[in-house]
Amino acid sequence: MKVEYRTVNDIAGPLMLVEEVEAVKYGELVEIILPDGSKRNGQVLEVHHDRALIQVFEGTQGIDIPETKVVFRGKGIELSLSPDILGRVFNGLGEPIDGGPEIIPVVKRDINGAPINPYAREYPNEFIQTGISAIDGLNPLVRGQKLPFFSGSGLPHNRLAAQVARQAKVLGKEEKFAVVFGAMGITFEEANFFMEDFRRTGALERVVMFLNLANDPAIERIATPRTALTAAEYLAFDLEMHVLVILTDMTNYCEALREISAARKEVPGRRGYPGYLYTDLATIYERAGRIKGKKGSITLIPVLTMPEDDKTHPIPDLTGYITEGQIIFSRSLHRKKVSPPIDVLPSLSRLKDKGIGKGKTREDHADLYNQLYAAYARGKEAEELSVILGEAALSDMDKLYLEFSRKFEERYITQGEYEDRSIEDTLNLGWELLSMFPRTELKRIREEYLNKYYEKFKKGER
Amino acid sequence: MKEGRIIRVSGPLVVAEGMKGSRMYDVVYVSDKKLMGEIIELKGEIASIQVYEETGGIGVGEPVYPTGAPLSVELGPGLIESIYDGVQRPLDKIREMAGDFITRGIHIPGLDREKKWKFSPKVKEGEAVEPGDILGVVQETVLVEHRILVPPGIKGKVVDISEGEYTVEDVVCRIDTGAGVEEIKMLQKWPVRIPRPYVKKLAPEIPMFTGQRIIDTFFPVSKGGTACIPGPFGSGKTVTQHQLAKWSDAEIIVYIGCGERGNEMTDVLIEFPELVDPKSGEPLMKRTVLIANTSNMPVAAREASVYTGITIAEYFRDMGYSVALMADSTSRWAEAMREISGRLEEMPGEEGYPAYLGSRVASFYERAGRVVCLGKEQREGSLSVIGAVSPPGGDLSDPVVQATLRVVKVFWSLEARLAYARHFPAINWLTSYSLYTDNVKDYMLTNVAEDFYDIQGQAMKLLEQEAELEEIVRLVGLEALSMKDQLVLLVARMIREDFLHQNAFHEVDTYTSIKKQYIMLKNIIHFYEESLHAIEKGAGVSELSGLPVLERIARMKFVPEDRMDEIESIRDEITKEISSLQGVNV
Ligand SMILES: Nc1ncnc2c1ncn2[C@@H]1O[C@H](COP(=O)(O)OP(=O)(O)OP(=O)(O)O)[C@@H](O)[C@H]1O
Ligand SMILES: [Mg+2]
Repeated sequence: MKVEYRTVNDIAGPLMLVEEVEAVKYGELVEIILPDGSKRNGQVLEVHHDRALIQVFEGTQGIDIPETKVVFRGKGIELSLSPDILGRVFNGLGEPIDGGPEIIPVVKRDINGAPINPYAREYPNEFIQTGISAIDGLNPLVRGQKLPFFSGSGLPHNRLAAQVARQAKVLGKEEKFAVVFGAMGITFEEANFFMEDFRRTGALERVVMFLNLANDPAIERIATPRTALTAAEYLAFDLEMHVLVILTDMTNYCEALREISAARKEVPGRRGYPGYLYTDLATIYERAGRIKGKKGSITLIPVLTMPEDDKTHPIPDLTGYITEGQIIFSRSLHRKKVSPPIDVLPSLSRLKDKGIGKGKTREDHADLYNQLYAAYARGKEAEELSVILGEAALSDMDKLYLEFSRKFEERYITQGEYEDRSIEDTLNLGWELLSMFPRTELKRIREEYLNKYYEKFKKGER
Repeated sequence: MKEGRIIRVSGPLVVAEGMKGSRMYDVVYVSDKKLMGEIIELKGEIASIQVYEETGGIGVGEPVYPTGAPLSVELGPGLIESIYDGVQRPLDKIREMAGDFITRGIHIPGLDREKKWKFSPKVKEGEAVEPGDILGVVQETVLVEHRILVPPGIKGKVVDISEGEYTVEDVVCRIDTGAGVEEIKMLQKWPVRIPRPYVKKLAPEIPMFTGQRIIDTFFPVSKGGTACIPGPFGSGKTVTQHQLAKWSDAEIIVYIGCGERGNEMTDVLIEFPELVDPKSGEPLMKRTVLIANTSNMPVAAREASVYTGITIAEYFRDMGYSVALMADSTSRWAEAMREISGRLEEMPGEEGYPAYLGSRVASFYERAGRVVCLGKEQREGSLSVIGAVSPPGGDLSDPVVQATLRVVKVFWSLEARLAYARHFPAINWLTSYSLYTDNVKDYMLTNVAEDFYDIQGQAMKLLEQEAELEEIVRLVGLEALSMKDQLVLLVARMIREDFLHQNAFHEVDTYTSIKKQYIMLKNIIHFYEESLHAIEKGAGVSELSGLPVLERIARMKFVPEDRMDEIESIRDEITKEISSLQGVNV
C-alpha cells in the first residue's frame, strides 16, 4: 500500500510543495486526491531532503493545504499501448476521451522515451510525395524527417498539414501507415477540422489522437507531445508502420513550459523562456527518425505559430536549430492570395539531398531546385528595386527575373487544396518556367540536363 | 573514500552529503543504478554532481560512490574510426549491449580490451628515454601510424621492450626511472580538463587547405589556428564543418557533434567510409574520430564532450600529427554550462550564462596551436580548432559569439540572406576575416603563386566596389553607372557566382585544390583586365557580358582537377574573344 501524504505545504501557480516525504524519486508520477475525492496527476520536478516539488498537470485550482492527499506512484508517467490505440482519441496524458474502453496494454512505456543511439539511426532517404510543389520540388520531405511548419495565427497551416496527411505517399510502395495527431491548446474547431478530414478520407481508423484543447489544463500540454511520440514509437518500431506525427501548436507547449519555469523562479532565458528550452524541444523532435533494421519510421511535422510572425522569436528559432529544415508561411503571400502561402526562400529541407535524384525522383531534381531558388531570389531582389525605382529602371535581365518570380508564385507555388501534383509534373513545371531564360543564365544546371530538358521545354513554349 | 548520500535531485544535478575526501572533477557513480557523474562543486562535505545520464527515478537517500579519479579519456590504439558519446563510451558497443535506444548505467571502456595490435618498438633496451619519445608504433589504420609515447612525467632507461601482438592493457615496455620500474602499456589515461603538455608554441605559418574556395583564398585558417563559424539556423555551419572534416589537409580529424542532430552523425558515419581522401586515396574514416552527444542525449555529457574531443586531438598532436578538430556547436556546450550553473544557483552573467563563460571558451581554444612536442625528436604537431556557434536569431551580440570572437583568429560570418538565395557557402565576403593572412603569406607566395595576393586582392577590391555601387543603383538605377562601373558589377557577380559559390553536394565542386582556385580566380581577373581595356577602346558591357567564354568561366568549377589545362586555356580564349569584339582595335 502506497503512503498517502497530507503534507502539502505550498501551492504556487501550477506547482505544489509536499513536505516530510520519504524515498521520493525525481520525475515520479504523483496522484493528487482533492478534498472532493477527484483525482489529478502530477510529476516530481525536484527532490530536496524531505521536500518534493510537484507540477500538477490539471492545475492547482481547488487544491488545499490541509485536506489534499498525495500519493507517489513509484514510476514515471506511462502510456498503455496496444494495436487497439489506432482509431482512438485520448487526452494529453493518454487517457481515453472518446467514450471507448480503456486500452488493455500489451506494453507500457514511459512517455519520456530514451534517446535513439546515433549509431542506430538509418539516414532518412525515401522521398515522400506530398503532391505540393513548393514542398516536393523545392523542400522535399523524406521518411523519418522532422520538418516543422512555421506559421502565424490565422494562416492556413492546419489546412496544409491536413493536405500533407491526405496526400503523402512513397512512390511505388503500399505500406502500413498511421497518423498520430497531438493537439496542444488548439480550439475544438481546429481539432474537429482534422477529425472530419480524416473521417472523410476514411483514414480515421489509422489515426491516433491526443487532444489537449484550448480549454483543457495548460500544464498537461507538457506531456502531450511526449505521449503522442510514445504512441508513434510503438507503432513505428514495434508494429513496423510508417507514422506521420503532426503536433500542433508547439507554441502553446512552450508557453506551458514557460509557466512552470516562471513558477520555479528560474533565471529566464530570452523572452522569459527557460534556458533549457532548446534541450527540452530536442528531446521531443529528435524522437523522429529511422532505425537500422526496423521497417517503420517516424516523420514529424510540428506546427507552430510564430508570435508576431517573428522568425527570431525563441520558439521558431530554437525549433529551427533542431529540426531538419522548416516550411515558412508568409502573411504577405497570403494577402496576395498565393496559396499555400509558403515563403520558399527561407524555407528549407535539409534531408532533401539524399532523398532525391535518379531512381528516387529524377536526375535533374537537385540542379533544378538550385536554379529555381537562385532565379526566384534574384527576381525578388528585382522586385524590391522596382518598388523603389520603378520597373523601367531595371536592366532587361532583371525585368525577366521579375516576370519569372511572378509566374513562379502564381503557377508553381499556388495550387489547390485538393490538387495532388505528381513529382514529374512539379519538375516539368519548373523547367517550363525556367525556359523563359536564355540558356546561359542557367548556371546551376549541368549541361547534360540542359541538353535533355531545357531544349525540350524551350520549344514547347513556342 | 566514503560513500555519500543524495540530498537533492534536480534534473542533471545531484547533490550529495558525506562526500569527505572527494576532489573537484572526480568521477562518481550515482545510486545503485551506477549513473556516471562528475563533481563540479564542493562545499565542505557536500558535493554537487553533474550526472551524465538521465536522473529520472533517482531519489534522496540513495548512495553516491566516489572513484577518486578525475574524468579522463582512454588514449591508445583503437581511437580512430570510433564513435563515442560525450564521456567516451563507444556508441556501437552500447548498441550491441542495450539496443537501439540508449539506456542507463552502461559502462563500456573507450578502448577495446580484447583486440590485439602489432607493436613495433622504436627504441632498444638500455636506451635513455624521456616524456614524448616514441617507444614504438602500431599501424592503427592504413592512414594512421599510432605512435606510443613515453607518458608525461616518466624518464629513464628502457629495461625491456619487444615486438609482438599486444592488447592495450599488456605491458609493452618497462622503464627504469631510478626510483623504480614503470610498466608502460599502450593504454594511457589523461584527465580531460587538463591540457596535455608540449615544449613550446610556434607561429601558425602553414595554411590548412580545406578545398573550400572562399576559405582558402580569402579567409584561410592555418595549421594550429582557431576559427569560428557563427550563423543562424540553416545557414550552413554543419555543412561547412563537414566539408572541413572531409577535405582539410590535416592528418587526423576529431569531429564533435555537441548537442546537435542525430542524423548529422549518421550522415558522417555513412559518408566518411565511402569518401576518399584526395591525397592518399584512402577512405576518410581512416583518419577520423567521432564524438556524438546529440541534443537529446544528457546535457551534462554534452558539457564534457568538447573536453573529451580536444584531449583525444591533443594526444594525436603529441605524436607529431596535424590534427583538426571541429565542434558543432559550441553554443550547445555553453548552454549546457548555463543549465548546470542555473541549477547550482550561481550568480548569472549575461543572458543567464555563468560569469566564467568567457574564460572557459578562451581556455578551450587556447588548447589549439602549432607546437614542438615533448620528446628528444623535437617533433612538430598542430591542432586546429574550428567551432560552430549558433546564436539566437543569428544575432552576433550573443555572449557566446562575443566570447569566441575575442579569442579566435578567423571569423567566417554566415548570413541568412545568402542562404535564402542558396548562395553557398553563405559566408559573407565583406564581414568575414582571417588574421592568419599575414602568417601564411610566405608559404602562399612560395608554394602557390607569386602573384597570388595580387589576384586575390583585386578580386576583393571588386567585391567591395560592388557593395558601394549597389547602394548607388538602389538610389538611382543602373543607368546612372559608367561603363567601367557596370563592368565592376559584372565581374563581381562572376566572382560571387563562379568562384565563391561552391556546392558541397556536387561531386567535383565539393573540393577545389588551391592550385585550381588560383587559376580560376586568375581567369576572372584576366577577363576583368582585358574588358577594361576593351571598354577604354569603346566596347560596351552588354557585348562583353554576351561573350561565349563566360559560360566556360562559369563552368570552371565543374572541371575535374586532372583537367587543369582545360581551365588554363580559358585565359587565351578570353583574350581572343575580347579582342575580336567589333569596335575594339587592338
Ligand atoms: N556549401 C553548401 N553547398 C550546398 N548546400 C549547402 C551548403 N551549405 C549549406 N547548404 C544547405 O543549407 C542547409 C543547411 O545547412 P546546415 O545544416 O549546415 O546549417 P546549420 O547552420 O548547421 O544549421 P543549424 O544551426 O540549424 O544546425 C543544408 O542542408 C544544405 O541544403
Ligand atoms: Mg548545424
